[in-house]
Amino acid sequence: MATFAELKKNLKKDYTGLTAVKVALLGDSATQLLSQALRGAAWAEGLDLQIWEADFNQVERQVFDEGSELYEYEPQIVIVFQSSHKLLGTYNKLKPEAYSSLASNRLELIGNIYSQLSSKLKAKIIYFNYTEIDDAVFGNYAGKIESSFLFQLRKLNYELMQFAAPFADFFLCDISSVQNRWGKNNFFQSSIYINTEMVLSMEVIPDVAAKTVSLIKTMYGRFNKCVILDLDNTTWGGIIGDDGLENIQVGSLGIGKAFTEFQYWVKKLKNRGIILAVCSKNTESIAKEPFEKHPDMVLHLEDIAVFVANWETKVDNIRHIQAILNIGFDSMVFLDDNPFERNIVRENIKGITVPELPEDPAEYLEYLYSLNLFETISFSNEDAERTKQYQVEAQRTALLKSFTSEDDFLQNLQMVSLVEPFNKFNTPRVAQLSQRSNQFNLRTVRYIESDIEAIGIDESYAPFTFTLEDKFGDNGLICIIILKKESSDTLFIETWLMSCRVLKRGMENFTLNTLVNYARANGFKYLKGEYIPTAKNEMVKEHYQKLGFEEKDGYWMLDAENYTDKKCFITTKN
Amino acid sequence: MDRQEILNQVTQVFIDTLDEDNITLTESTSADDVEGWDSLTHVQLVVAVEKKFKIRFAAKEIQSWKNVGELVNSISSKL
Repeated sequence: MATFAELKKNLKKDYTGLTAVKVALLGDSATQLLSQALRGAAWAEGLDLQIWEADFNQVERQVFDEGSELYEYEPQIVIVFQSSHKLLGTYNKLKPEAYSSLASNRLELIGNIYSQLSSKLKAKIIYFNYTEIDDAVFGNYAGKIESSFLFQLRKLNYELMQFAAPFADFFLCDISSVQNRWGKNNFFQSSIYINTEMVLSMEVIPDVAAKTVSLIKTMYGRFNKCVILDLDNTTWGGIIGDDGLENIQVGSLGIGKAFTEFQYWVKKLKNRGIILAVCSKNTESIAKEPFEKHPDMVLHLEDIAVFVANWETKVDNIRHIQAILNIGFDSMVFLDDNPFERNIVRENIKGITVPELPEDPAEYLEYLYSLNLFETISFSNEDAERTKQYQVEAQRTALLKSFTSEDDFLQNLQMVSLVEPFNKFNTPRVAQLSQRSNQFNLRTVRYIESDIEAIGIDESYAPFTFTLEDKFGDNGLICIIILKKESSDTLFIETWLMSCRVLKRGMENFTLNTLVNYARANGFKYLKGEYIPTAKNEMVKEHYQKLGFEEKDGYWMLDAENYTDKKCFITTKN
Repeated sequence: MDRQEILNQVTQVFIDTLDEDNITLTESTSADDVEGWDSLTHVQLVVAVEKKFKIRFAAKEIQSWKNVGELVNSISSKL
């Protein structure tokens, strides 16, 4: 964890080429140093946070005054930090009979803040939850007394979660969990609070900033998607090749417990959509033996999307895993107990996250918790299916090898695609895919669910979603097109993105045929495309050219009237 | 630790915290004399001094110093 002084040094670094994000920071305590730390921490993540900070204790004035500087600034993200100390101050001034309404009153205020912000701005809102203060007026009995401050504070935090759940543009930043990890004595320094109205100690400011920035960078498509596991002394204790199946440590006894708990954690990650891969220096059959035969193993072979065990270098093997999964190295986390392997991987694979696992396996989990490696801003049912889809992909690759012609292979797959507009069932997945797709993404516009809902009912847009199913299984929703009716004869392709899982299946041709059919049926003559380069979408640099679009003034135009359907082996599913 | 030694260490804290090599503190130096020493960086300086000397200042001390000499007095009284 960087210190505040280090973050502050980042403020003087070069910000050219970084993604600029306009942020408004509203707090009822002094937030100047937090603001500096946020900008410094974001620099290290490739973000140029341009922070407008409201004057001290102006949350309500800025939000409810429609002519305020907040609305003039038009931020993309609004951070609201209402502190527990100020909440306690409010509580202290209440009449005793009103104590029990503290949480519901505050929640009502938060609800009003949210609806005001979301009606006036197209911004995502980050709300800090409440750190704990036990005023020790009731002792342990506070938990039984609804009117106690502690009861109200905990009720508020709980109800905040319920409040946040349905809103796709309202995010909680869990600083209470940061306080939990640091302990209140380290999180808060009374002398500084009394003098400056700062409720965070200098020590924790960087961690609070990191927690906030991890949300922001996730909103901008930077988050981890995959864990690559070493086996010996990482997934289980001991060395399977030397110690044998009976002697490796996993299960409820001794140090085995640490590995079992570690495996449960990894399994939960898999269940929420993180792809698991294995990269081990071992003979493959021996490495697989515990997964198949050890009764105490929590992880099984069907949990692992890509299993690589051989005597090649880990660097080569991780490159191989990356080629199969088709995701960026910067979305991968490599867990290995061996410092030597970690260093080689870190030095040779740019962008990959390689945690410095503690020497003692008993400490793995607590250490990994503290890193907060798996931030997300959405969750859909498809997440749980992801591993299976990558496994099926491996079967397709095997089938491809058995055909001499690619057309024969594609025909043999018996592909069908369901083409639909946005609806309430696919909205979460559409938003999520727009956040996850980096490579096959022509303009890299990120949407959250409320954006998708708005486009879905806006007459000036024509949105499309595509699924792809074949004889091996269903890939689910893998492609999104958003057409904007730019003029009476032209449809602008605001978004064209596709999951890299379905490259080389002719999906591009099928998609374009569908778009041209729509254009013709609705009286449009031209499709207009644009490629906005990013560090990651080189893959689609020549996308429009390859599909027969012609360049004109920096855009790509296709004449729908003179278009002939492109060859493809995908049929429309009804 | 004598006053000069405390002053030397405080100077080093100022240099590190304000990220500015050319700082020379004397007992009579005040915030107005040091570029970058404002109410915001004051908090950082206080916490950094506390850490360096492994001490804690009382709330009322923090805003009471008129110059570096008085800060040194506070430190000295806690060592």
